[in-house]
Amino acid sequence: MADLEKKQNNPDFNQEFRRSRRGIINFLNNNRRALSALIVFIIMMLIFIIVNPKIFLNREIYEAIFRSLPIRIVLVLPLVFVVVSKEIDLSFVSNMTFSLWIFAATAKAGWNPFLCMLLAILAGAFIGLINGMLVVRIGLQSMMATIGMKFLLVGLVAGGSNIIPIPLTFLANTPFYNIFVGKIGNFSVQMIWAVIALVIAMLLFNYHKFGSHVSCVGDNLESSREMGINVATTKTLAFVYVGIACGFAGVLSGLTYLTFYPKLGSPDELMLAVLASVFIGGTPTKGGVGTIFGAFIGACTIKFIETGIIQVGLTGFWTQFFEGLIILLALTSHKFHKSN
Amino acid sequence: MKIKFLELKNISKSFGKVSALKRVNFYIKGEPEIVGLIGDNGAGKSTLIKIISGIHAPDCGEIYIKGKRMKNWSVVKSRAYGVETVYQDRALAMQQTIARNIFMGRELTSIFGFVKSKLQFSEADRLMRTIGFTSKVFASDSAVVNLSGGERQGVAIARAFYFKANLMILDEPTTALSLTEAQKIFTFVRQAKKGGTSCIFITHNIYHAYDVSDRCVVLDRGKIIMETDREHTNAEQLVKDMQKIAQSDGKVKEDINNGRS
Repeated sequence: MADLEKKQNNPDFNQEFRRSRRGIINFLNNNRRALSALIVFIIMMLIFIIVNPKIFLNREIYEAIFRSLPIRIVLVLPLVFVVVSKEIDLSFVSNMTFSLWIFAATAKAGWNPFLCMLLAILAGAFIGLINGMLVVRIGLQSMMATIGMKFLLVGLVAGGSNIIPIPLTFLANTPFYNIFVGKIGNFSVQMIWAVIALVIAMLLFNYHKFGSHVSCVGDNLESSREMGINVATTKTLAFVYVGIACGFAGVLSGLTYLTFYPKLGSPDELMLAVLASVFIGGTPTKGGVGTIFGAFIGACTIKFIETGIIQVGLTGFWTQFFEGLIILLALTSHKFHKSN
Repeated sequence: MKIKFLELKNISKSFGKVSALKRVNFYIKGEPEIVGLIGDNGAGKSTLIKIISGIHAPDCGEIYIKGKRMKNWSVVKSRAYGVETVYQDRALAMQQTIARNIFMGRELTSIFGFVKSKLQFSEADRLMRTIGFTSKVFASDSAVVNLSGGERQGVAIARAFYFKANLMILDEPTTALSLTEAQKIFTFVRQAKKGGTSCIFITHNIYHAYDVSDRCVVLDRGKIIMETDREHTNAEQLVKDMQKIAQSDGKVKEDINNGRS
């Protein structure tokens, strides 16, 4: 007791105490958006578990989700950089399909799959570079430029491939396949790649000067320019980063489903779901601030809604209703945090 | 007497038919000083600081830094010689932390470009204390948007101070601030002077200029019409002199300046 009193009367202790309390407050304040996304996710999962504990306490559903979720996670993380820099990219799903086409065509021709993967990533990065140049050099609005790029790539892939699928079954169970989408026990390897992508994105965003520049550029363009940040390069690199992710996600997608088909799935729905993940995660559209971990949680939230709705006994038609509901709830909660 | 840090001789600048500056002579001493630059809207204050910052080139006249005549004066050159301008409205990225704002574009990085965050935070902490930022509520990892107007200016001043500015130009830093907030800025500026940085303090408010400056310079319609050391006048006298000048259309300038010297 006497010790405690002595400590409390010590100015160094008081200063240290204030500093640590302020540190906690600042941590909560700086991460409130990601934390609120996490709370929304936890509540949603609790509801799923309560309604259908048989399914949601069974590892099989998680195994299934962890096969396709990584593709979205890889796509969503770099999008945070673009949104924080106050731009948008709507061409990323088309870019992913384009990269996959490059990968599938070259792999089918008998090239080394690692080289094919490198080509796919370079192709994705090249499209990202063009997007960046259209925005920062030509001065087009990113929304318009990337919508243009989206249609251009859809047309190019459809025209170039004649909408003929390319099966990739010859890659199944090869070392290349096992490295990227194999299994360790019951665990999908692609989830490890998703976590690696998450760590890289968090390091870049929170600890690298690239992330710092992206935030400053999105926050105050003029000031950033005056302080010596190369605004054009920063924005272009953000688009290139999205392109690289598209290349990698394209390869993951090709290996997961062992086929290339230009009209596979619903590209526009995937685009909206991934973009929604960014905003559910707590990255606002105004630029300057964002959260990588939040986007990761956002991607998990959307993916679990899609699966969970069916498992709790509703028809698939309800999926979009609940996606919309969660998006609105998450955005309202972010707004509430902001006003506080 | 030490050689002057900055000297402008016979600087003129026109925009079309409008003459913004007419044969202006202006200087900053070699030892650190705070100069209050006072004048109404359209007096030529902005043009003068833009010429010093290298944003505008003068039509005629000469610029000297430490006695050396500068040719092709530019923003890059002015930065290289330690001239930093802190603009009131666009200096900071509001949603970023104090530390990130101070080191914006000049981050302390290790290999591969990773930011030394701890070092930046501790340096920012030290710097804010040096210039007299004593808030117990905010630390260097607090977002700038949460600071008061005066504290925000403090961050911009700390930034210029950290990068060893020889001359800091503050463009209307006290506009729309309460007296308490303005006092904070005066503290920051005085501390920066103690650290070896001169300052041009631009304001409409004569009392603010008098409070903080060692020397006041009054611009009117593109001309320097009055220059006086703080020790030779007081705020009331300064106001009276300016009123006289305004009423006489600048004609009593000679009398006033002569009376001071």
